[in-house]
Amino acid sequence: MNVVIHLKKYKLVLGGIGMAGSTLEIKNLHVQIEGKKILKGVDLTIKGGEFHAVMGPNGTGKSTLASAIMGHPKYEITEGSVHLDGEDVLEMEVDERARAGLFLGMQYPSEISGVTTSDFLRSSINARREEGDEIPLMKFIKEMDSTLDYLEIDKNMAQRYLNEGFSGGEKKRNEILQLLLLKPEIAILDEIDSGLDIDALKVVSKGINKLRDENFGCLIITHYQRLLNYITPDHVHVMMQGRIVKSGGPELAQRLEAEGYEWIKDELGIEDETVGQNA
Amino acid sequence: MTVETKLPYDKDYITQFSSDRNEPEWMQVLRLQALEQVDVLEMPKPDKTKIGKWNFSRFKHAAKGDEITSLTELPAEIQDFLDPDNLPENLFIQRNQSVAYATMSEKLKQRGVIFTDIFTALTEHEDLVKRYYMKDAVSIDEHRLTALHVALMNGGIFVYIPKNVQVEEPLQAIFWQEDPEVALFNHVLVVAEENSSLTYVENYISHNDEEETISNVITEVIAQNGAKISFGGVDNFAAGTTNYMNRRGIAYRDATIDWALGQMNDGHTVFENATHLVGDNSSAESKAVVVGRGKQIENFTTKSVHFGKDTHGHILQHGVMKEKATSIFNAIGKIEHGATRSNAEQESRVLMLSEKARGDANPILLIDEDDVTAGHAASVGRVDPMQLYYLMSRGITQTEAERLVIHGFLAPVVSKLPIASVREQLTKIIERKVY
Ligand SMILES: Nc1ncnc2c1ncn2[C@@H]1O[C@H](COP(=O)(O)OP(=O)(O)OP(=O)(O)O)[C@@H](O)[C@H]1O
Ligand SMILES: [Mg+2]
Repeated sequence: MNVVIHLKKYKLVLGGIGMAGSTLEIKNLHVQIEGKKILKGVDLTIKGGEFHAVMGPNGTGKSTLASAIMGHPKYEITEGSVHLDGEDVLEMEVDERARAGLFLGMQYPSEISGVTTSDFLRSSINARREEGDEIPLMKFIKEMDSTLDYLEIDKNMAQRYLNEGFSGGEKKRNEILQLLLLKPEIAILDEIDSGLDIDALKVVSKGINKLRDENFGCLIITHYQRLLNYITPDHVHVMMQGRIVKSGGPELAQRLEAEGYEWIKDELGIEDETVGQNA
Repeated sequence: MTVETKLPYDKDYITQFSSDRNEPEWMQVLRLQALEQVDVLEMPKPDKTKIGKWNFSRFKHAAKGDEITSLTELPAEIQDFLDPDNLPENLFIQRNQSVAYATMSEKLKQRGVIFTDIFTALTEHEDLVKRYYMKDAVSIDEHRLTALHVALMNGGIFVYIPKNVQVEEPLQAIFWQEDPEVALFNHVLVVAEENSSLTYVENYISHNDEEETISNVITEVIAQNGAKISFGGVDNFAAGTTNYMNRRGIAYRDATIDWALGQMNDGHTVFENATHLVGDNSSAESKAVVVGRGKQIENFTTKSVHFGKDTHGHILQHGVMKEKATSIFNAIGKIEHGATRSNAEQESRVLMLSEKARGDANPILLIDEDDVTAGHAASVGRVDPMQLYYLMSRGITQTEAERLVIHGFLAPVVSKLPIASVREQLTKIIERKVY
């Protein structure tokens, strides 16, 4: 933790000379799970103020990238590095990564019986604060309630057990609720739009856009242009075979929407885009 | 089974003990009859737990406890059971074997509610006690420990709610075993007459981590036709006490008994909670949470026995085992022939926090009738690493994440305890036992 506090001071100084936000730097990342190679050299840098979209067919390693950055226990890093403002993320425990400023909106959030969403949120907020400096209860309730309103979530949800029996859409809104309350430096959102109806999609996009400023960087994993209609990315990347095979601007996502992935495979001579194949 | 049987207490001792308390003659006779059976009867044989080497014979039997004039004289951990801003109107505190404190609201007194120690009840309400004591619920000769209980009964309470009386405010009893070597043979007798209702919550507490003794607690709960009883308990005997705790309910027609029991003892424990659904349309919810630690060995049996038609029994046991603790959870739904349209449901879940802890959940359904429904679920597992990952990904430390998951796991029972301060106290005890 000392390291992180030191880091924040450092950033303040830098802020004075015109740099803002954090930088997440992924270099040559290789990841395997149960002996199976999945990521085979991912390079990607996300800076505060930037929105990146990662697209790609099923089973090409997108969630693996997100999970490996957050520290999912099943994923083993065999090569490469991840740094947040120069600090080695791979050396940190999962909770330290979160407190250092990372957030992962998960494709499949866990259900936790017996723990109310509200208690969980309060613990998460307090985890980032010093002991003895916990958020006052009333302040917490006010913040939670106004964010619930903002995301058009039924207030009763806060008293329900975390994600237990939540619909797909409710789970996704709950991830965004956490995002807004925890205000990370860098967020990775894995298919935050899947399973959302059109109204929910708008609300979720509104939530993500609310954080958009020079201090917030975001990596959005999605299959659909429709999310990117609401959240315009600065950069779009395509993953195949466990690597980023193509990068571009928002127009790349539009072309994928219109033409699919075949043209990229043709261009790069890829026959099978899944991770089982070697590029 | 060979067990050290030599009791340090004989006929003369028991006669004297009974006379000192001015007990009615039938009670003294009952004690002496029971004493004779102690040597003849076998020890109980809880399924899958060997209790042959447990201490059931080394203990002292009698001790006085002083009255207290103010609740502030109580040790802090007992005061925690009480909410100072909202002190119970109906509170009973037993210190060793004496009444240290007792209050009951005027309203309840006027309605004929009885909430008094068992010895006073034996003199002042002799007929009522005689009618129910070791009669309909528990029998003297079930095994050696039931007989021993009757022979040496040295504390307890009698709760009686007359017909049609609804007791809104809970009745709270605290059994404080202050003397570290003295055994508690506590007898709790709760009788709710027709169409009455009550909430009763009891707490057991002792501090003998080193000194050895025993507890032998029998609780008989009688719900007459249409009566509703909500029974909460937090047992917190210290590591030196070997426990035999038997809570049994009898529900007559349209009666309901709901149990919410926190089993927080630190010593070896045989625990039994059975409800006999005797009357048609009677029902029972039996919820229990357990935290085992150290080298504790425990055996829990929760049971519903269906005799009446359209009876409902629902058992829910959740246990957390840490260090080298060992626990057996037996959940028994028994439907007798003729108990048509009855429903026996049960769920036992055990969460293991260490490699060396042992937990075993045995779902047992014994059904002697065709037209019934029954279901069971049982699991023994560890904290789900995916849940921890999810919580930690929000910055929560591993310790805190485990704490949340464990509390969540126990919440279905803890949240059902009827008195807020007792609920909080149980949460604190869980906290202390788990970390
Ligand atoms: N826990 C796991 N155990 C075994 N294989 C896994 C595991 N997680 C991922 N994989 C495998 O790794 C490959 C990449 O999976 P990943 O979830 O990263 O794909 P994705 O790009 O996110 O796909 P989708 O678009 O379907 O979400 C797949 O072949 C998948 O089966
Ligand atoms: Mg995925």
